[in-house]
Amino acid sequence: MIRILKYVALDILKNKIIIAYAIMLALFSWSSFGLEDNASKGLLTVLNIVLLTVPLMSILFATIYIYNSGEFIELLVSHPVKRSKIWKALFTGLSVSMIAAYVIGAGIPLLIFTNWDIALMMIAVGSLLSVIFVALAFLSSIITRDKAKGIGTSIMLWLYFALLFDGLVLFLFFQFADYPIEKVIVFLSALSPIDLSRILILLRLDVSAMLGYTGAVFKNSFGSDWGLVVSFLLLSLWILLPFYISLRKFRKKDL
Amino acid sequence: MKCSIIKYCFLLFITCLFTNEYGYATTIYVGKNKAYAQIKKALAASKNGDTIMVTSGLYKEGNIIIDKSVVLLGENYPILDGELKHEILSIKSSNVSINGFRIQNSGRTTMSDPGGIKIYDAKNVTIEKNILINNYFGIYLQYAVNCVIKNNVISASQKEENRSGNGVHCWKSDSLQVIGNKIEGHRDGIYFEFVTHSVIWRNIAKYNLRYGLHFMFSHNNAYITNYFKNNGAGVAVMFTKKVTMMNNTFEENWGDAAYGVLFKELSDCYLSGNRFIRNTTGIFLDGSNRIKAERNLFLNNGWGMRLQANCMDNLIAHNDFIGNTFDVTTNGSLTLNEFYQNYWDKYEGYDLDKDKVGDVPYHPLSLYAVIVEKNPPAMLLYRSFMISLLDKSEKILPSLTPENFIDNKPRMSPYNL
Amino acid sequence: MIEVKNISKNFGKLKALDNLNLQLNKGECIALIGPNGCGKTTLIKAILGMVLPSGGDIIFDGKNIKDNTEYRANIGYMPQIGRYPENMSIGQVLDMIKGIRNHSQQLDTDLYEQFALAKMLDKKMRTLSGGTTQKVSATLAFLFKPQVLILDEPTAGLDPIASEILKAKIIEAKNNGCLILITSHLLSELEDIVSQIIFMQEGQLILHKNVEDLKTTTGQQTIARSIVHLLKTATV
Repeated sequence: MIRILKYVALDILKNKIIIAYAIMLALFSWSSFGLEDNASKGLLTVLNIVLLTVPLMSILFATIYIYNSGEFIELLVSHPVKRSKIWKALFTGLSVSMIAAYVIGAGIPLLIFTNWDIALMMIAVGSLLSVIFVALAFLSSIITRDKAKGIGTSIMLWLYFALLFDGLVLFLFFQFADYPIEKVIVFLSALSPIDLSRILILLRLDVSAMLGYTGAVFKNSFGSDWGLVVSFLLLSLWILLPFYISLRKFRKKDL
Repeated sequence: MKCSIIKYCFLLFITCLFTNEYGYATTIYVGKNKAYAQIKKALAASKNGDTIMVTSGLYKEGNIIIDKSVVLLGENYPILDGELKHEILSIKSSNVSINGFRIQNSGRTTMSDPGGIKIYDAKNVTIEKNILINNYFGIYLQYAVNCVIKNNVISASQKEENRSGNGVHCWKSDSLQVIGNKIEGHRDGIYFEFVTHSVIWRNIAKYNLRYGLHFMFSHNNAYITNYFKNNGAGVAVMFTKKVTMMNNTFEENWGDAAYGVLFKELSDCYLSGNRFIRNTTGIFLDGSNRIKAERNLFLNNGWGMRLQANCMDNLIAHNDFIGNTFDVTTNGSLTLNEFYQNYWDKYEGYDLDKDKVGDVPYHPLSLYAVIVEKNPPAMLLYRSFMISLLDKSEKILPSLTPENFIDNKPRMSPYNL
Repeated sequence: MIEVKNISKNFGKLKALDNLNLQLNKGECIALIGPNGCGKTTLIKAILGMVLPSGGDIIFDGKNIKDNTEYRANIGYMPQIGRYPENMSIGQVLDMIKGIRNHSQQLDTDLYEQFALAKMLDKKMRTLSGGTTQKVSATLAFLFKPQVLILDEPTAGLDPIASEILKAKIIEAKNNGCLILITSHLLSELEDIVSQIIFMQEGQLILHKNVEDLKTTTGQQTIARSIVHLLKTATV
């Protein structure tokens, strides 16, 4: 796998988009820390970028890259190489480069402008989000052979997690306003990787005091040391599950 | 002019009369190698008008009761220690002055509310330049009139509210002056209940467990140029009329139930020149009427101002709202308060006629603020992309936020308060 | 060497392979022929493990190829249309395959030299003509001295000289005892190479015979004519 990974990584690095992505993240982060008068505001701006751009970029770039790797996969499959190794190498290559772009682009300004506790949390969460959406990209691109459909599915997935899911949660809030549904909602929010990441970071910021009772419930369930472990396990599940399904499908795919 | 000269002569005459009556006031010295080794003995030997000069040293004399009009002067901060058992100074006479002591470790029983210094039913008492450390109550006044509490440093370090008393506690008193004190680590920094016609000026209250300033049933008071920082729940002013609040700073009262200022059942008050900086809620108004708030600064608060629907006839004019997550929220649709010529940093209107006032009215209530007010758990969606979209669309086409919640003349630039 | 047992493959409703049985032996050079869409390429891909059959087994050297990849080390495959990562150069593709195979034996660089690929190592794959791409495919197929060669339309798109070079190489491999499986539409091209014929139609095996047998039974001089004769007389 390492040998294949080498070629995948080289190929992605040659692809200028990933470098452009890192530069764009850097520009956004540096400017939001530079323009806002205090670091915590800049941090919230960066948080928005992380929660929107990182998933979108990860899922789109990965989807397109997998479709474009059709030839590469075909070429390798006729050689004595395990299919799973090809798929894992592609996944690792994409994940590592998305993480690298994120850490270089957004991680460095975060480390410089905010305190380490929050910066490390943001880096961890952003990296996990990158990998999660790469994994989702693998899932959506294995489901359909058609590139346009695959990219469409990816965008829909992103839209769902970035936007529709929250709409759904809000709808539930209003439908069940008279019931004590805090715990249910907290549990539900944890089911969306973007929401879980967002709240995990918010809990570390000053604004956590504004989250009120539900925030406190969330903090108790996911903010403590054990909760943090559970949160990261949940996020890891978002990586493993889509990727595992895609891997199973890829093993049985006709090329 | 003539009248005042006559008054002056009269006063001089009265003074002579008193000095004649008591004989010449003497100064009694207390300390090692002095006439008296104990303050209690010096007190017993003193008469009204005397000055008792206490030199530096450690005095563990239990409860010292002052029942004569004397001046107690400390030299180089002599230490009066209550050994965690006794109330230290009990003032039961008028015209007493306590100056320059270090008073520490008062008793802890909650039944008698022991204080470092406690004034019982007295007038014209001055407590000045003392250091009070680790007392249950710092300075406790009951039925006190015309007393001055000035430039004292009061600190305690209890962790739990119920094991700690207040820094300056005033009950059923009148015409007090609480000036220039620094109060830290008590339950409430300054506590006023049934206190009238008093002024609280230039005090600093921070890191107190509950409130920096706690006000109840205390009418016709003013607090001016005080600094309240990082108190457990901020400042609470409740069930009170005619309070003037000017030039105070309320800073960093962060927490689930912390407020810059909590107003409950307050009426006919005037707020001006106050600064609310980084509080969870700048001002929380509940059942408060006829309050005029002008030229205040609301900077970087979670909620700048929460105006419950049971508030009426309040005027909020010429304030700066900058960097708050929510500038204003309310929990109802009916609003009978007026917003006039405030500066809102979220205002996106224009000013074609260059009169420094925006040409389009501003709706300070965001849709998300309304949602959160109706449904607090929705706060969990804070900073979600969908919320930003909702807010933007509501700005363009207001449909859910109350229509009369409006500043018709929003300022284009801040007042720099 | 390769045993195909009851192989079926469905693409939706289409039966690309329908219960196919074949026995392919060492040293044979087998022409896989049939009309377009008869399942030739599917069969080849099934042998290579690129297409997973819906039913049946393929035994390579006594081992089932299911869940097995190592057997492919013995196969040289030249696809009909070689598809390569577009922004890799010829040199990089060759290096990558060598790297992935991690081959320790002597490489067969005859075709590499004869096609003069050394001069074009820096050319990107997307800029190559069909013929040059085929040259790269052919070079890769023979590079590791495989025991089995699977060539899908090997001469299509190649210029006559290159075509001859490749043919010579195929014959050399055959003489070395390799099993060679060729598909081609141009039967005349295969005339002097093949030893067996497999004729497929609609995913079914129609005929699997030695060339000599075929010629004698049909009484024709060439393979092409024998096939045409067979089809006309419909004895199959």
